[in-house]
Amino acid sequence: MSVMGINWFKYSSPQAFYPLAGRLIPWFAAAALGLIGIGLYIGFFVAPTDFQQGEAYRIIFVHVPAAWMSMFLYVLMALWAGLGLGLNARPSFMMTQAIAPTGAMFTFLALLTGAMWGKPTWGAWWVWDARLTSELILLFQYIGLILLRASIDDQRRADRASAVFALVGVVNVPIIYFSVRWWNTLHQGASVSMTASPKMATTMVTAMLVMMLGFWMYSIAVTLARMRCVIVERERQPSWGKHAPAPDVAEVRECSGGV
Amino acid sequence: MMTPRQKRFGLIGLGLLALGVAAMLVLNAFQSNLVFFFTPTQVANAEVPKGRGFRIGGMVEAGSLTREGDGLTVHFVVTDLAKRVPVTFKGILPDLFKEGKGVVAQGQLGADGTFLASEVLAKHDENYMPPEAAAALAKAKAAGAQSSSTLVVNPR
Repeated sequence: MSVMGINWFKYSSPQAFYPLAGRLIPWFAAAALGLIGIGLYIGFFVAPTDFQQGEAYRIIFVHVPAAWMSMFLYVLMALWAGLGLGLNARPSFMMTQAIAPTGAMFTFLALLTGAMWGKPTWGAWWVWDARLTSELILLFQYIGLILLRASIDDQRRADRASAVFALVGVVNVPIIYFSVRWWNTLHQGASVSMTASPKMATTMVTAMLVMMLGFWMYSIAVTLARMRCVIVERERQPSWGKHAPAPDVAEVRECSGGV
Repeated sequence: MMTPRQKRFGLIGLGLLALGVAAMLVLNAFQSNLVFFFTPTQVANAEVPKGRGFRIGGMVEAGSLTREGDGLTVHFVVTDLAKRVPVTFKGILPDLFKEGKGVVAQGQLGADGTFLASEVLAKHDENYMPPEAAAALAKAKAAGAQSSSTLVVNPR
């Protein structure tokens, strides 16, 4: 099967994926840098002050995109885990492994910025309402997933165990998202959703969406970089063929400290 | 006949479905424990836990805020536009605490029906706009204290 004359399935083999990822990373990294820069500029200098919260609301431009990413990335990770289990495909498991740390980072960022926002507006760093608690559980899920994988030596078993763990945990994502609708929470409802027009000024929405795009680009760049490390670690084979030169020693060393 | 691959995907799908249903049932069973606060209506209907502290949430009724001579003790009324609960609190109110805005107070219900709060949190809504837009909006619907959807607490 080929779309536009390119055999896409070729890239599901690690040795073809490795150089492709290497070529793509700079583009995504540059896009991330540019978009996050623009997003922060609009958010901090162009977007108006809020009528209730004054300047404190501006943390929304990091908080909301980070929280969205934490959920998106979990679903994406679970999708790869499901594909890996269904197709018995190693590269899918590698994607699960490569996405987890970035997801954990965004979850932590969402919780941290949320606490920084909660103190000046609500009057508390942390409360145990449904939204905050379920997001904290998401962080534990990411950490649990990373630990579970690291604790099993047999790579195939580690793949399967963490894939099942990721799939089971996916039930939490709709709970996080709908928690503010299902239960009384201190956390406010969604300002931007698929079904209703945004409940905020246009420049504010723009800044948030640009930030989210930037976070996506960042996530892709970092995941690709981590995929390369995972491939190097797991595919130590002499027969890399002439299509892709085997990674050099420096690269392997660069990765061995990582995931 | 299904291929092994289809079987595996089928099993994964079924597993997720079962898990989703289980999660729904559990959450339903714990429904009342998962709410962060109770509404004045629930207080009026005695649906709140007795003998221990809980939180009430709603709007600070416009014009209900009074301050005692010590400058710290405040009285206000929390309402969900159906029932009202008078609240007494001694301490510093959050910056966003305002009449007509959302509030969540933790404390205990006194014998006289007054809620003695030990902590008061401001609950802001999900609307963000420049002050000029807010002023224009307020002018447009000068009548009636229209509020955000999340602050009108679902009465169950």
